[in-house]
Amino acid sequence: MPRLPNWADVVLIPALSLLIAFVLSGLVILAIGENPIAALNMMVKGAMGSTYGWGYTLYYATNFMFTGLAFAVAFHARMFNIGAEGQAMMGGLGVALVCLAVDWPHWALALPVAVAGGVAFGALWALIPAWLQARRGSHIVITTIMFNFIAASILNYVLVNLMRPEGSMDPATARFPPGTGLPTLHDILAVAGIPFSQETPANISFLLAVIACVLVWLLIWRTRLGYGIRAYGHSEAAAVYAGISPVRIVVIAMLISGGLAGMMAINNVMGEAERLVLNAVEGAGFIGIAVALMGRNHPFGIFLASLLFGFLYQGGAELALWMSIPRELIVVIQALVILFTGALDNMVRMPLEKLFAVLQKERA
Amino acid sequence: MDLATLLQVLDSTVRLATPLLLACLAGLFSERSGIFDIGLEGKMLAAAFFSGAIAAVTGSVWLGLLAGIAASMVLSGIHGLASITFRGNQLISGVAINFLAAGLTVVIAQAWFQQGGRTPSLIGGARFAPITQPFAETLKNVPVLGPVYYQLFSGHSILVYLAFLMVPATWWVLLRSRFGLRLRAVGEAPEAVDTAGVSVIGTRYAAVAICGVLCGVAGSYLATGLQAGFVKDMSAGRGYIALAALIFSKWRPWHALGATMLFGFLQALALRPDIIETALRVPIPVQLLDALPYILTVVILAGFVGRATPPRAGGSPYVKER
Repeated sequence: MPRLPNWADVVLIPALSLLIAFVLSGLVILAIGENPIAALNMMVKGAMGSTYGWGYTLYYATNFMFTGLAFAVAFHARMFNIGAEGQAMMGGLGVALVCLAVDWPHWALALPVAVAGGVAFGALWALIPAWLQARRGSHIVITTIMFNFIAASILNYVLVNLMRPEGSMDPATARFPPGTGLPTLHDILAVAGIPFSQETPANISFLLAVIACVLVWLLIWRTRLGYGIRAYGHSEAAAVYAGISPVRIVVIAMLISGGLAGMMAINNVMGEAERLVLNAVEGAGFIGIAVALMGRNHPFGIFLASLLFGFLYQGGAELALWMSIPRELIVVIQALVILFTGALDNMVRMPLEKLFAVLQKERA
Repeated sequence: MDLATLLQVLDSTVRLATPLLLACLAGLFSERSGIFDIGLEGKMLAAAFFSGAIAAVTGSVWLGLLAGIAASMVLSGIHGLASITFRGNQLISGVAINFLAAGLTVVIAQAWFQQGGRTPSLIGGARFAPITQPFAETLKNVPVLGPVYYQLFSGHSILVYLAFLMVPATWWVLLRSRFGLRLRAVGEAPEAVDTAGVSVIGTRYAAVAICGVLCGVAGSYLATGLQAGFVKDMSAGRGYIALAALIFSKWRPWHALGATMLFGFLQALALRPDIIETALRVPIPVQLLDALPYILTVVILAGFVGRATPPRAGGSPYVKER
């Protein structure tokens, strides 16, 4: 089979897959008796028509960037980390413990410690499945699924029995001290004199996420460790022959992956809710899978795919508000994107390969 | 704990284990043929919705069951297409199917019934009624055995009995029939089966289809037997517990019965925390009981209690030699 040109692999196939997913989503909207064009218009207006919309779009995108990167790093080592959800939950616990530990005088002091807390808890939650995979050969997909549920139970127990303030019925921690309040995009852009909506949760974590994208790119393609991760991902036997320890790669890749997922908590727990609630992650860990698959596991692709999913999330919220289309439509779109860009990739690829082969033959 | 309470807990164990057992056997067929299926959850959910919806609209639970099975099989078809025909990643396909079901059921339910993503409550013939076994009423007063027969063996819906019958049936089909031999061989060494002139693709599609039927029954039981109607996310992780049970049983039918009964028992206990407190005299957090199936599975997977070796060709698409 002839190989596809690079641009087709990187741009054409994801674009076609996405188109199929969107057309099918449009058909779903049509089937429930709504107008897909009007729905799309409303989504674009709601998510990008105002700085308020942009604020939410960027807030969601920040979550997805972290979980998307988390999935991608593990995927480069040929591991399917389906556990970003649980790792982000535990990251939230780490961030909450840091924020509530002392009465922080300023966010600039609290942020690095909170990042460390989130990363440590997320990484620790990924360490056990990683160790079991590396040493005992237990399949990481199953263990990370199990760890998502175990994390949910632990969080439930901690919030209900240990961290709930006295007299409160709500399974959530106390509000974080005011010194942990992160600057919002409104505050940051105001310095440069750019007006931005004040009522959105978008905050400095967005910049952290962008930095994380760059760092992951450097790690994967510009360091010895990244080379080891990719080599192991391509062929375990070759990696071993080159003197790369599989145990080391599996454990380190999963630690980084879990740490990135845990960092998401800076955005949703510290930046937005300012306390730890029960269902803080809201499925962002799973959306990371879709984001990474769409972005072809490349940080820049993940950045773009995160923006797209941020747009879908905010736009979907607007749809639920103004049209009789439930929010779950986003879950459908997300499922179709995962299906077509991930599982049914060959359905788009095989005909394209044939087409390109014919074109090349004609040229020859 | 007295006999009455014990029987109550065991009775709910049977009810709660039934969907787990059906889904676990479904996964057994699929995974023994080499197709990993983490989409059990989604297939159950889709079946629960369509069985509930059709039963509510037509008033016939049997039509509901058929609709549930059909919905589950459509998703099975997608999984087969992605993982057998287009040789895609089976895990990704499973994840996509779970989300597809989670989203579509609510979107369609809302558009169809406008009740916040649920179906109307099922009454009368739209639900599977409990079946009273012969002589249950007359034997009720016989000491010990009477109540055991009356509460534990009698009074379940037909799907519960079907689920238990599926265990020997699965054992026979998988381990004693010619089809089962081929199915297992396809999961271990597809190239050998191919050389023998048996279609790998056909066998795998058959396995995935059986998986769809069983998941369909499991999901229909949720909406039409265990509860009266569909509610959003009603499968509540049961597909994943079934997956855990499948590993716990090391991909064997009779062990699957044991594993699902154990996990069903844990679910039943989680509903009655008071019983454990009086029995053990220490408070056990409900959350621990919820997490126990998952923790046990991790322990098994870690190989501390015997090794769980999946089918050798599991997860990898078969490419015919040219």
